[in-house]
Amino acid sequence: MSTDQTPVQAPQPPKDRKPVVIVDDVHVEYKVFATGKRPTAADRRSKVLRGRGKQMRTVHALKGVSFTAYEQDSIGVIGTNGSGKSTLMRAIVGLTPASRGAIYASSRPSLLGVGAALMKDLSGERNIILGGLAMGFSMDEIEASFDDIVAFSGLEKFIDLPMRAYSSGMTARLKFALASVQTHDILIVDEALAVGDRKFRARSEARIREIRDNAGTVFLVSHSMQSILDTCSRVIWLDQGTLVMDGDPEEVIDAYNEAQDK
Amino acid sequence: MTTAEDAARLGLHKVGGRPPLRDYVADVWRRRTFIYSMARFKIESENQQNSLGMLWVILKPLLNALVYGLIFGLLLPSNTRPPHFVEFLLIGVFVFEFFAQSWTAGGKSITNNASLVQSLAFPRMVLPLAAVTQRFLQFLPTVGIMLVFLLASGNRPQLHWLLIIPIFALYFVFSCGLALVTARLAAHWRDLNNFLPFLTRFFFYTTGIFFSVEERFGARDGHKGHPTIIKISDFQPIHEFLSLARSALLAGDSYTIDERYWLFAGTWSIGLFVFGVWFFWRAEERYGRVD
Repeated sequence: MSTDQTPVQAPQPPKDRKPVVIVDDVHVEYKVFATGKRPTAADRRSKVLRGRGKQMRTVHALKGVSFTAYEQDSIGVIGTNGSGKSTLMRAIVGLTPASRGAIYASSRPSLLGVGAALMKDLSGERNIILGGLAMGFSMDEIEASFDDIVAFSGLEKFIDLPMRAYSSGMTARLKFALASVQTHDILIVDEALAVGDRKFRARSEARIREIRDNAGTVFLVSHSMQSILDTCSRVIWLDQGTLVMDGDPEEVIDAYNEAQDK
Repeated sequence: MTTAEDAARLGLHKVGGRPPLRDYVADVWRRRTFIYSMARFKIESENQQNSLGMLWVILKPLLNALVYGLIFGLLLPSNTRPPHFVEFLLIGVFVFEFFAQSWTAGGKSITNNASLVQSLAFPRMVLPLAAVTQRFLQFLPTVGIMLVFLLASGNRPQLHWLLIIPIFALYFVFSCGLALVTARLAAHWRDLNNFLPFLTRFFFYTTGIFFSVEERFGARDGHKGHPTIIKISDFQPIHEFLSLARSALLAGDSYTIDERYWLFAGTWSIGLFVFGVWFFWRAEERYGRVD
């Protein structure tokens, strides 16, 4: 893989658009307890390594990533499993601290990942209300956009069921519908569309383009190159924690596919 | 120009920083509807899964009182009981129950809502406050039961019963402060949530729920008692709230209290609340982190 090549120069900064996220030489190191690798025959022979149980291991997940995102950008983030995509997204939201470098953002973004419902004991309806209130909307504003959110999620029949009864696709739909109401902000979608069906994917891609047109900024982490080509104006390719390429979607995806096929 | 200066000029904030305390508190205040709605919805959903539904709001404290009444009223007789023991015990159990519940719930409020914290951006302080509000809303019907029981057992309604309003308001503020401190500590050190049941049990048996601290340790019959324990109890907030509530609701010499308890309880409440807000805010960027 071409990690050793010098990072491709970022595209010329657009003059008329405001930067909303600046990622400045960010390193992320995790300290994790490792259970210890299964000892090899050689390890078993040497007494030194015998009986090691837990030990601290440092995982260098991001190694000096820099780029600037502008308003109306929709940035696709690609890379193999474990390349640091999700770590980068969590760092932008502030859920993973940068061990070196810094990230600046115009607002605290929402992060949509696959996984748990917001409040699994509460119905979809209650989740929309509480989620909206948490994001700072007033009750009136939520009531005004409630029907839109439900219609967008396509969950009219299930909206009064507790979210623990939802499938992962339904959970992702509701969360996406809720988080994408704020159109003037930063939205990070980390693989959350992958669990949706085709109809929902098409709808959410249209919504991402809409957010972009409304001066919002979207990050889309995906393994579906088609999704990224359809929605993104720019693509970032990460490999083993370094930024390999940053630029026009088609160019970057071509280079990425080429490296994968090698 | 450095990137940091650039970012500041463009109006970007460093991720992982926290807003100034004043803005933060204003942000939390704007979300008061969230706090109240979350508390209400949680109560409904907790009861939805039971066939008796909302009846549990009243059933739970009644059963509690029944069990404690049986144990401490019949099985474990003692000579350190004030008059009106049943009323004394009932008030003690009910009032303590709110403290124990809101402490435990407050401690878990961040860790139990990890998914919410990791998805949406909002001031995290609303979560412990919602947890305490939920317990407080569940506490209100038990206050009703308490008053009905007092009337049923022959106590005449008094004007000074109204004093429970400021007492429980202070008690709520106190519990919020405690929940804020505990929520942050539990976010740093999750094991704390395993200790809380033991801590609440410790307070349950030492605070004078089913015995009177004054009669047990006070001076009487020429015996000088344990003045240190009395002194500690004077400054123990739960004991103060219990004594205030009992003095407001029950008549008799054993229920007249030191007027300074109002001052002590007030200082505890406001002090712990202000400290809790500051203490919780100090780690705002840490909640929900995965590191």
